[in-house]
Amino acid sequence: MTGETSGAGAPRINRDWPLWEVFIRSRGGLSHKHVGSVHASDGEMALRHARDTYTRRMEGVSLWIVKSADIVASDPEQAGELFEPAASKVYRHPTFYDIPDIVKHI
Amino acid sequence: MYTTEFDKSAKPLAAVPNESPELLNAFEARVAADEFIEPKDWMPEAYRKTLVRQISQHAHSEIVGMLPEGNWLTRAPSLRRKAVALAKVQDEAGHGLYLYCAAETLGTSREEMTEALLAGKAKYSTIFNYPTLTWADMGAIGWLVDGAAIMNQVPLQRTSYGPYARAMVRVCKEESFHQRQGFEIMMALANGTPEQKAMAQDALDRWWWPSLMMFGPPDDNSPNTAQSMRWRIKRDTNDDLRQKFVDITVPQAKYLGLTVPDPDLRWNEERGAYDFGVVDWDEFYAVVRGEGPVAKERLKARRDAWSEGAWVREAASVYEAKHSQQQAA
Repeated sequence: MTGETSGAGAPRINRDWPLWEVFIRSRGGLSHKHVGSVHASDGEMALRHARDTYTRRMEGVSLWIVKSADIVASDPEQAGELFEPAASKVYRHPTFYDIPDIVKHI
Repeated sequence: MYTTEFDKSAKPLAAVPNESPELLNAFEARVAADEFIEPKDWMPEAYRKTLVRQISQHAHSEIVGMLPEGNWLTRAPSLRRKAVALAKVQDEAGHGLYLYCAAETLGTSREEMTEALLAGKAKYSTIFNYPTLTWADMGAIGWLVDGAAIMNQVPLQRTSYGPYARAMVRVCKEESFHQRQGFEIMMALANGTPEQKAMAQDALDRWWWPSLMMFGPPDDNSPNTAQSMRWRIKRDTNDDLRQKFVDITVPQAKYLGLTVPDPDLRWNEERGAYDFGVVDWDEFYAVVRGEGPVAKERLKARRDAWSEGAWVREAASVYEAKHSQQQAA
């Protein structure tokens, strides 16, 4: 990305650097969680930018950086069909089964 | 402030005629039920455009907002104050970045937004087009300007667009330090020599009214408020927030032993709130039009920063290209 000045006017801006998604492990024992994104020319720079942008106050102990374009996401319009089986299969939940109170530790 | 439409001529965006009424109704119902809208969800074009405008204005405000304080970084009166000021300015840069990313999820690019700002086409908060003349202005900005920003941003943590709301949660977490360090500067000056106290009073005199303007035009002159409130893009009206700000800030000024520069300011027992004078809206609209005292300097500083950083961006791109070539080979 270059930004040359075109005459006396505003500088011309070229193509954006790729977008990277940032994930932070807030402390040991927890999973990395998505916190936002940064633009950077490569992964190493993305890591540096993520550190400056998202961890100025002890927010984490580890960073993951993933190119946004590499993320495969489900389609919100398909969410009904995609996640419906979970709701219709109540027998997957322990409360589905009636066990007398007299039976302990189950 | 940031939820304010700075462009007086901007009309609420009309619905696009070919949008399906079923989708529109389902969207309105989700928003009314306080659900969050996420980037890939269907949304009316007017909602998308309003958000892009609002979030990008908010982002630009953070970025330009670094300049008035940047002006004092090298002249902070102690190492402690300098470290604090640096941390605060760095936070503002971070806030701008969170917000640009949130706007990008709506389909605009960083490039377009940067270009609009540098070309002078984008709006940002009017407050940053006032000069920072003395060190006391660092105190007044933290106390009043960041105070007004907090007032505005706290309700935005529940704004209907998910990425914007999440950015606001991060911003609000960090903003409280900004206000407190500003008030601490004001306390030090107010308890200092008579000259220092006069300096604090002078800063309050100059920043009070521009701070009230940050909440935007009065409700009866704010054409976008109704639609934005219905869509939960905005959660409170300009006048409500302004009143709230006056009510909490006046006692703070009293604590400092400083006088709020408003002869009409008095406590209204019946309303349980302060009555206050009329804001000079002509001045506000002049600043919105780009006639603020240092509007030109602000834009020039942004353009210079962009141009002077060009070689760094170029070098990084070339470095990346070279390394990916080597890896491919």
